[in-house]
Amino acid sequence: MRPFAYQRPPTVASAVAAAGADADVMYLAGGTNLVDLMRLGVAAPGTLVDVTRAVSTAIEETPGGGLRIGAGARNGDLAAHPVVRRRYPVLAEALLSGASGQLRNMATAGGNLLQRTRCSYYQDVTKPCNKRSPGTGCPAREGEHGNLAILGHSESCVATHPSDMAVALAALGALVHVEGPAGARQVPMPGLHRLPDDDPSRDTVLSPGELITAVELPALPMAARSAYRKARDRASFSFASVSVAAALEVDGGAGGVVRDCRIALGAVAHVPWRAETAEAALRGGPATEEAFIQAAGAELERARPLPRNGYKVPLARNLMARVLADLAARP
Amino acid sequence: MSGGREARVKGQANTPGEDPAPVPITADLQLRVNDRLYPITADTRESLLDTLRERLGLTGAKKGCDHGQCGACTVLVDGRRVVSCLTLTVSVDDGAVTTVEGLAASGAVHPLQRAFVEHDALQCGFCTPGQLCSAAGMLAEAAEGRPSLVSARDAAGAGGPVTLDEEEIRERMSGNLCRCGAYPGIVAAIAEVARSAEVAR
Repeated sequence: MRPFAYQRPPTVASAVAAAGADADVMYLAGGTNLVDLMRLGVAAPGTLVDVTRAVSTAIEETPGGGLRIGAGARNGDLAAHPVVRRRYPVLAEALLSGASGQLRNMATAGGNLLQRTRCSYYQDVTKPCNKRSPGTGCPAREGEHGNLAILGHSESCVATHPSDMAVALAALGALVHVEGPAGARQVPMPGLHRLPDDDPSRDTVLSPGELITAVELPALPMAARSAYRKARDRASFSFASVSVAAALEVDGGAGGVVRDCRIALGAVAHVPWRAETAEAALRGGPATEEAFIQAAGAELERARPLPRNGYKVPLARNLMARVLADLAARP
Repeated sequence: MSGGREARVKGQANTPGEDPAPVPITADLQLRVNDRLYPITADTRESLLDTLRERLGLTGAKKGCDHGQCGACTVLVDGRRVVSCLTLTVSVDDGAVTTVEGLAASGAVHPLQRAFVEHDALQCGFCTPGQLCSAAGMLAEAAEGRPSLVSARDAAGAGGPVTLDEEEIRERMSGNLCRCGAYPGIVAAIAEVARSAEVAR
């Protein structure tokens, strides 16, 4: 591993000043992904700016009825927060579906959003990868891609975003607060992450030096009826094959009318995939299993599976329909 | 309290490809482990696991995968279980570390250690220190009412201590692998300690 300088500034302003827009500097939070990538040689920063003292860990209700989550809040603390459990269960379930107890005690909200793909070529410095070394090619298209993207991928990259939490935040329409050399701004989810197009080296719309300071959940009463469901190879501590985050508001219970819904898919794309086609198909229509399957199918019409990940198309369709049916059937 | 224990970093970053033998950058810090303060000079690249094993002679925590995937290196930092392989030592200068050597008071045996022996919860023993530290952290989490995916949907019961049945224990301990497959004994040992803690409450 390349030797690096380490500093831990006490405030967001001093952390942003320390990083500047220098590509050789990286922010460090929980370290569960970045330290591993440094050990693998995938990341080799000359300086680490540890932001765990700079960013807030507080989880506070906002005057508008939402919830502001400090970017330093640990995944385990966030999942256990009573307001998250009661009003945004999809977020608690997504967090608890991810990683292990140990890693959830380390990983932060901000770091979780910025974790890199687990595509095996990206993590192996002896292999070409357009994300890690732009212009070298993508062996995954012909090689090991059983768990990679079916939606929104490009010739250059078929990687998926690995986060569970981000899928819930995309469904909830969370607002990501950012500070950087050019000042502060807010980025609405799912717009933080970007599709690979011809520049897969960039996972997000953030500019060099920008630091996530908080994630704000909107007041969303319908999120009290929400859920996260994850299909994976093992019962626990495994990345998703496909996951679904959904919230549903129904007039008149199961078989009634869908007043509103929010749906996002995980492990199918370079971004947490907001299922806007399915949402539009469902709003105002019947809350029946047939309607859920039809809407899910409409969303996946755009899927372009690779030779060895076609299983994800029916898996995503059926999982989406099942989660919605379960939510509709809740008393 | 951290004022006197702030890490002091020395040296300059290397430019990639410039130097075939890169100069390490070090930091002076005071590491608190098992209620003892260790003044050390650590390479910024050093993991807490390597510091414990190679510098402090605390070889209980094991290096299994070194990628956060097996749990053999689990220790407690400020009472919370973490993987020490992905923890940079330089970042722990204001934390209190507990390793398997410090789980019980000197000369004593922790109830989990006794239960692991009674239930034959190991074969080769390589994963055992991590299992013990993880179980100790996990029992505290459950007593505080922190949910797992198994209990997440029970928001009505949120806040109270979680009753640890086998499904709960298996989910909460999924970050600790055992290549010998001693899981039935591990689950039984933890269940017994969890039950006596519940009775005590």
